[in-house]
Amino acid sequence: MSDDQAVLQGSTTREGFAVLGHAIRREPGIFVLSTIGSVLFAVLTVADAWVLGWATDNVVIPAFETGEIGAGLLWAVLGLFVGVAILRAVGIVARRLGAGIMQFRMQAHTRRAVTRQYLALPMEWHQRHPTGQLLSNAYSDVEAAWGPIAPLPMALGTVVMMVIAVGQMLIADLVLAIVGLLVFPAVVVANLAYQRLASPLMTHAQELRAEVSEIAHESFDGAMVVKTLGRETQETDRFRARADELRDVNIRAGRIRAAFDPTLASLPNVGVLVVLAVGVSRVTSGATDAGDVVTVAYLLTIVSFPIRAIGWLLGEFPRSVVGFRRTEAVLAATGSMTYGAAGISEASRGARLEVEDLHYAYDHDNPLLRGVTFEVEPGRTVAVVGQTASGKSTLTGLMTRLIDPDGGRIRIDGHDLRDLAKGALAGSVALVPQTAFLFDDTVRGNVTLGADISDEEVWAALRAAQADGFVAALGSGLDTQLGERGTSLSGGQRQRLSLARALVRHPRLLILDDATSAVDPEVEARILATLRHSDEDSTLVVVAYRKATIGLADEVIHLADGRIADRGTHAELLDRSPAYAQLVNAYEQAAHEEHP
Amino acid sequence: MSTITTPATESDDLAAGGTRMDSGESIGAMETLRRGVAISPELREGIGVTLLLAVVASCGQVVVPIAVQQTLDRGLNGPGGPRLSFVVWLGLAAAVAIAVTSVASYLMTKRLFTTSERGLATLRVKAFRHVHDLPLLTQNTERRGSLVSRVTSDVDQVSQFLVFGGLIFVVSVGQMLVATVIMVIYSWELALVVWLSFAPLFASIRYFQRKLSQAYTVVRHQVGVLLGAISEPVVGAATVRSYAVEGRTQDRIDSAIDEFKAASTRAQRFTVVSFSLGGISAGVANAGVLIIGVLLGFTTDMTAGKVLAFAFLVTLFVGPVQMGTQILTDAQNAIVSWRRVIGILETPADLVDPGPDAQQLPRGPIDVTFDDVSFAYPGGPDVLREVSMHIDAGTRVAIVGETGSGKSTFAKLLTRLMDPRSGAVLLDGIDVRSIAQHSLRKSVVLVPQEGFLFDDSIAANVRYGKLDATQREIVASADELGLRDWLDGLPRGLDTMVGQRGESLSAGERQLVALLRAHLADPDLLVLDEATSAVDPHLEMQIGRALERLMQSRTSVTIAHRLSTAENADEVVVVDRGRVVQRGPHSELVTQSGGVYAGLHTSWAAQHHS
Repeated sequence: MSDDQAVLQGSTTREGFAVLGHAIRREPGIFVLSTIGSVLFAVLTVADAWVLGWATDNVVIPAFETGEIGAGLLWAVLGLFVGVAILRAVGIVARRLGAGIMQFRMQAHTRRAVTRQYLALPMEWHQRHPTGQLLSNAYSDVEAAWGPIAPLPMALGTVVMMVIAVGQMLIADLVLAIVGLLVFPAVVVANLAYQRLASPLMTHAQELRAEVSEIAHESFDGAMVVKTLGRETQETDRFRARADELRDVNIRAGRIRAAFDPTLASLPNVGVLVVLAVGVSRVTSGATDAGDVVTVAYLLTIVSFPIRAIGWLLGEFPRSVVGFRRTEAVLAATGSMTYGAAGISEASRGARLEVEDLHYAYDHDNPLLRGVTFEVEPGRTVAVVGQTASGKSTLTGLMTRLIDPDGGRIRIDGHDLRDLAKGALAGSVALVPQTAFLFDDTVRGNVTLGADISDEEVWAALRAAQADGFVAALGSGLDTQLGERGTSLSGGQRQRLSLARALVRHPRLLILDDATSAVDPEVEARILATLRHSDEDSTLVVVAYRKATIGLADEVIHLADGRIADRGTHAELLDRSPAYAQLVNAYEQAAHEEHP
Repeated sequence: MSTITTPATESDDLAAGGTRMDSGESIGAMETLRRGVAISPELREGIGVTLLLAVVASCGQVVVPIAVQQTLDRGLNGPGGPRLSFVVWLGLAAAVAIAVTSVASYLMTKRLFTTSERGLATLRVKAFRHVHDLPLLTQNTERRGSLVSRVTSDVDQVSQFLVFGGLIFVVSVGQMLVATVIMVIYSWELALVVWLSFAPLFASIRYFQRKLSQAYTVVRHQVGVLLGAISEPVVGAATVRSYAVEGRTQDRIDSAIDEFKAASTRAQRFTVVSFSLGGISAGVANAGVLIIGVLLGFTTDMTAGKVLAFAFLVTLFVGPVQMGTQILTDAQNAIVSWRRVIGILETPADLVDPGPDAQQLPRGPIDVTFDDVSFAYPGGPDVLREVSMHIDAGTRVAIVGETGSGKSTFAKLLTRLMDPRSGAVLLDGIDVRSIAQHSLRKSVVLVPQEGFLFDDSIAANVRYGKLDATQREIVASADELGLRDWLDGLPRGLDTMVGQRGESLSAGERQLVALLRAHLADPDLLVLDEATSAVDPHLEMQIGRALERLMQSRTSVTIAHRLSTAENADEVVVVDRGRVVQRGPHSELVTQSGGVYAGLHTSWAAQHHS
């Protein structure tokens, strides 16, 4: 972190311009439009002074001197002022609306890119990154990154003003102009000092914002626990600690800003005073005349506004660079999966699954799967049984290619999963995970996931998953909105919808990863009966603990120590494997011991 | 099931999305300020001094150019050639003015940052706390992302306004009034011309403010929608992948991104138009002053000098007007955000602490009475109907019933996560509504079905049950529940990190942590919404043992999903369609053929002994 900050301090300004460069290359049209608007505004601001001068010389003074005035001249005054004002308003609209549109478009571009990356990056990456942080990357970091777009056209427009003013100064009196232009290096120094002081604070503040958001997210997620244990005060203290830290960092950053703003505002004024002092001595020595001093001093005051506008732009840089880097880190993350071009040929109704010498490790010192080999013939049902953390869920993740193995391969109907085209696997294989995830959508949307499936089929799948009863009782049936993550449903109801989502697709290989664990046993029994008696002939792999579920399988695979300890029918394994018997009978034994 | 948002309410109530959360939309801008300051009294601290500094700082913005102007006109360019001493003195005076102005500006901004950030930290923390004080039902109607954005980005929006808006606006109005007075002294006719030129702008401010307020309300609402959409591929990564619905998910996100962009652009359009009107008014005012000034010259004592001086006065008036409009337009975004945060604080926490008259529950096993209790979710039918029953202190009761029978509602009423629609729940004869919250939470602990864990160590999660628990106490507790072997088997024991939402642990292990947490809390009434997740049988055995010990010497009410739980209970309460239909020990109920319990038992038994 400290290395990172050192780099950040030295090159914030350059990097800030580089960030803006990205935006300009991406949205050149709207950028040019808003810059033209800004130049128009700048030119017309100067024109305003010229119109006043013209009206004074040609209308006001002659009118008072002669005591008469032509109506045409009065109309001209009105037309000029209002015309300039309207054109200036057009400039403002083009500048500000253009800048706004450019900013919102860039935000949208980056958000699209970042969320595409979320969808492309592998599961391992997701497991390493907390939800709150990813939300913060896609929202507030994006906002921070493109913050300087708002003042950009203004700053560029005023540069035009500045160039004109500086040119005139140089023509008027070289020495005085050079004295006056010393203001510029002073501004640069002030800016560098500001960036150096503010950058680390801004970085810290942005990190704290992410932390505050993470705490809020987690705490609201766990609201039930907080409430039932009466821990509101402790949670509030935890939140307050970070919120207060953010407050203190913001106050410190504010203090620096408080010093920077008036410094920047008064530098040109100080410059004017210096020019006057030098000017007076030059006039008395006869080196220049008073008019030139006046011109230089006046032009310098004109320059003071552009300098402030550029200051606003530079002031946004530290936050922008930090936000940009955080989003770039997401965009630069690699490891997305590669796909082949093969499709799955449907040789039979059920798919054939081959698992060959599969190796997988989350932690390389402690591999989870160490050479797992088995095959499942089409239409067969296999139960995978093993202790907690024996790698059962990992196996289901590998079979659906949520993750790729470290060694070995999995084949569906003879195709290595890695050779299949993107999306091809999902056409044949459906996984129902232990923790059901529901989308903020209707019941129908959650089951079909946008596929073209008739309501009859949806209801049939809901019936098979024993979900038709409670869905029918919902206010609007299939059209009922489930809300975020389906929190309005019970765990068992969510699991049943998640099961219906798989069944409606008539997968050729259905994988249930303890998918009915939160369903009442009697309801589960009905689901299992439906699965068993359906005439679909799908291949079925179930991860299960309950005997009733295991009993459904033609064959049981007992997973232990990363390998297949034994395989056979439930009865065979019970008979010959004490470890297996102990595993599946443990609960009954416990109940028996305590209540003989 | 009426907690489910229907599409109708979603579109009816755009800002609130069918939530029960106060969107604060009904509060006007001034009222928002008033309530905001009442919530964060820091914002008022030393405001007089800050205002004074603001006046000095903004006077500086006028004084310095005038001083420079005078130096140029009279010192350098005067009729008698350059007057060195005049230039030096005025230059020094200007330098002093610059210094004073800069210092005033520094102090003002520093003070504004300090009070604003302090006030906003208070607002943030109060809102956070209030979210936790809201009833569970209300919490669940609001998107998580929207709740989070109210205590994060909404508060950040207000900060900008407080530092660079609020006071500057007051000063601008002041400058405007001073400029008006000076103008009137010069020429009331011309002053009137200036005001008439700006009249359309002032008249349209209300209209634009209303439009802007609506536009920004939509923007802030879209932020919540956007965050919700972004969270789907993050939280649901496995589902999205395994169904290969990346395209559809991305479409949903893209449309949220586009809607946010459209809403922002729309708001920007109103901002820009309302701001540019100021410039046009200024042009009309300038032209009007010159034209009317010239015409007045024919009938009154108006002179060219006066007209030109007045033209300069107009710039003194226009500056603050433009600054003021700018702040007003920018303010709407902040006001809308502020309102949303205030909206949280104004959403009633209907399960309020009874206050000074609150009663304390005596320690020791608690007896429970349901006195004619009915409960319905808002707008829905009764899920419990006129339930009356008594549970003796120290007994172990299992509540059973089919899914949807209303049995889970018992747990929520007992722990006062919800209050009954009619009737009363009494603990030791005291209505739960009149028991002090801390006393209730100390004596009654709910172990929910899915024990949520915080992304921290096991020890830290267990300490949620007892904040000052020492490592030794936790270990002793684990011993008492027979969980020592399990703890010792973990790679880092109590210091094992559980991951986000506890996901590094298995479902069974999460339950063990929840039980350990409950044990350490040492409640007198344990309410258990039994986990239905089937887990590793070895863990299941440990859970069973731990539960057994946890229930000793206290009253326990279990929402039972397992046969063994009902079998082992002192008494079984059978719930069917919101009513208690059977009560008694398992051995008795199981023999009542044709009863609801016998039916449930048959299907359980079929499950377990197949």
